[in-house]
Formats: sequence, structure tokens, C-alpha cells
Amino acid sequence: MKTTRRKLLLDRREVVAEILKRRNGALVVTGLGAPSWDTAAAGDDALNFYTWGGMGGAAMVGLGLALAQPKRRVLIITGDGELLMGLGALATIAVQQPANLALIVLDNEHYGETGMQATHTQRGVDLAGIAKAAGFRAAETLYEQAQLKTWIPRLHKEAGPVFAAIKVTTDAVPLVLPTRDGTALKHRFREALLGAKEAHK
Amino acid sequence: MKKGETRVLERPRAKRRSGRSAPEAAPTGASWPERLHAVLRESGVRQVAYVPDSGHAHLIELAHADPQLRAVPLTTEEEGVALAVGAWLGGDRSVLLTQSSGVGNCINMLGMVQECRVPLLMLVTMRGEWGEFNPWQLPMAQATETVLVAMGAIVHRADAVDDIVQTVSAAARLAFNTSRTVAVLISQRVIGAKAFK
Repeated sequence: MKTTRRKLLLDRREVVAEILKRRNGALVVTGLGAPSWDTAAAGDDALNFYTWGGMGGAAMVGLGLALAQPKRRVLIITGDGELLMGLGALATIAVQQPANLALIVLDNEHYGETGMQATHTQRGVDLAGIAKAAGFRAAETLYEQAQLKTWIPRLHKEAGPVFAAIKVTTDAVPLVLPTRDGTALKHRFREALLGAKEAHK
Repeated sequence: MKKGETRVLERPRAKRRSGRSAPEAAPTGASWPERLHAVLRESGVRQVAYVPDSGHAHLIELAHADPQLRAVPLTTEEEGVALAVGAWLGGDRSVLLTQSSGVGNCINMLGMVQECRVPLLMLVTMRGEWGEFNPWQLPMAQATETVLVAMGAIVHRADAVDDIVQTVSAAARLAFNTSRTVAVLISQRVIGAKAFK
């Protein structure tokens, strides 16, 4: 596949911080690896569910949550490699048409956790194109700050499912590791969302 | 069940036994999928994830027709495991309907429900055991229970029509009350082997 690569400009930490600055009670599911660290770096929150495993599953965790909580905004923040492992989820989400779901891919075109090998997006695979063709209401690839600025309100407000592949640099950033005990993360999330009584019924 | 398939005909349902905790909301004489549908509703299940399957076909139709349930067709079964995690985070109970071959697609994702102690109820129709014609179905079918147990699931079997409803009811209580993965393997003896003719 021939591709013309554009220079990666956006800083992943700044992108995630900008998006979450306006989260307003949104429920956040993160894909394993760097997107989890980026989200933790933007400020830990009981309504963040960080995955540390189950590669390819973040989008579907977000769908189950969005269907259970149709009045709350659900943001899935994951990476290109993580989404590529479960691409079928785009079709499954599109069939359900959850109006409260936004899927955000921090696309640095590399597998960061395993040594920066190329992902398919570096070789021309267009995730936003796939999402749009699957049936997301809106989907776009964002390269620049001006595009991001336009898109942040859409990620929070627009009737979903909406999708943004945000091209970010491969610059090294400090590790910011959130809690990794899955059961603790689950309890914390459910207590914050449902209340302690309902969470432990 | 598709045309051209065979099945063991269901026996008339045994006389209703009193003093049992198994839900019995479906009318007497209801088919086992209809009674399973009632069990799922009474267990508080809301999201019904599935990959199309002839053994589960009627239950899937019932799920789609029921406004209290949200039917979620999947492209691969592991999506349903991750869906169960999100559903539970949001306060919903879910069930995953799959064929035994689909269990193989779930293995890594089952680590997520185990680590997070999320309840997962799986209803697995077996292919590749009783009277199977297609040898390609056998490896996964024969390994189904082994891999489920290896990934921390509790496995129940239902080998006869009369066992299915009570077994699923017990499995649902176990899964949701103790936050574990519980799989019910519904024998091919009940479903019937696919006829290639």
C-alpha cells in the first residue's frame, strides 16, 4: 500500500488533557498502554476505567458502559494498535448506534509498549475511514491543533457514535501509572457511578 | 434452527415441581429457549450479546423482540466478554450466547473478567461432540471445558433438555452473586448435530 505520510505534530499528553478538561462527569475507558498513562497524567478520576490487558477490548467495554448508562457521555481513549486488534468492534458499535459514545484513538502509528514497531496506520490504513464506513455518525483524522479545537466539543456533545483518530507524535513522555488492580478499579468506578450500596448489592 | 438440521425432539415438560427456586415464569409447555428467556429476565439480565448460532437462534429472536433486553450482535465472541465488563461497570447484567468454537475466541479476554472480578454468564451450545459430522469442529469442542477452566471459569453441563433451565438459573445466580465467570455447556445431544444434506 502506497501512502503519503504527514508529519505527526500533536502532543498526546496535551491532547488528552485538553479533551478531559471539559469532561463534565463523562465516563472514561482507556486502552492498555500509553492511552492509560496519558489519561492518568491528565488527572486520576474514579470514573476512569483503565485497562491494563485484554488488548482489543477497550471499545467494547465502552459500548457495554454506554448501553448501560445512556444518559452519561462515554469516552473511549485508546491507541491505534489496540483498536486494530479489535476492529470488528467498530461494526458492532455502529450497529448499536449509541448516541452517547465517542471513540478517540491516539494514533502515533506505532506499537509503543513493545518497542515502537510500525502499526498498519503508518502504512496507510485509515481508521476514521473504516469507522465512517462501518456507520459511525461522524469520523475524522485530526492532524492539527485547529482541527482538535473544533472536534473537542463534538466529542463531548455530538450525537454519537463519533470517532476521532488523533495523530500524535512519538516523543517520549514520563510514565504516569494509575492503579493496576482491576478489581479495585472496578469497585471504585461502580461506587462513584452507582453509589456504594448499589455497587455492592 | 435452520432447515436441513436435525434435532432431538423435546420431551414434554415434567410436571411442575414445587419448592424449587428455579424461576418458572414461562408458561407450562414452553420450549427451553422460551424458558431460558424467562430465566434471563428474572436474573436481571439486560444486555444479550451473541454471535448468530442455530442452537441459540430462538433465544436470540426472543431477545430482539423483548424491549427490556438489549440484543448486541457481535463480530467475534471476545467482544461479548469486554462488553460484559462495560455493562457491569454501568450497572447492567449481561449474558454471552456462543457456540463452543466461539469460546476459543474469548480466551485472552477472559483474563479481563477474572482480574476485575466481573460476573460473566456464558451459555455455550456445543458443536463437535455428540454425532458430529464435521471433523474440523472437534478440536475446539473437545478443548472447550479445559480452556474455560484454565481461564478461571466455573463450568456446568446440561446434557438433557430437562436440565437446561435449572442449570442456567443456578449458573446465573452463581455468576451474579459471586462475581465469577460461569459457563453452561449445552450438549450437542440437546441441540442436534448439523445434517450436511
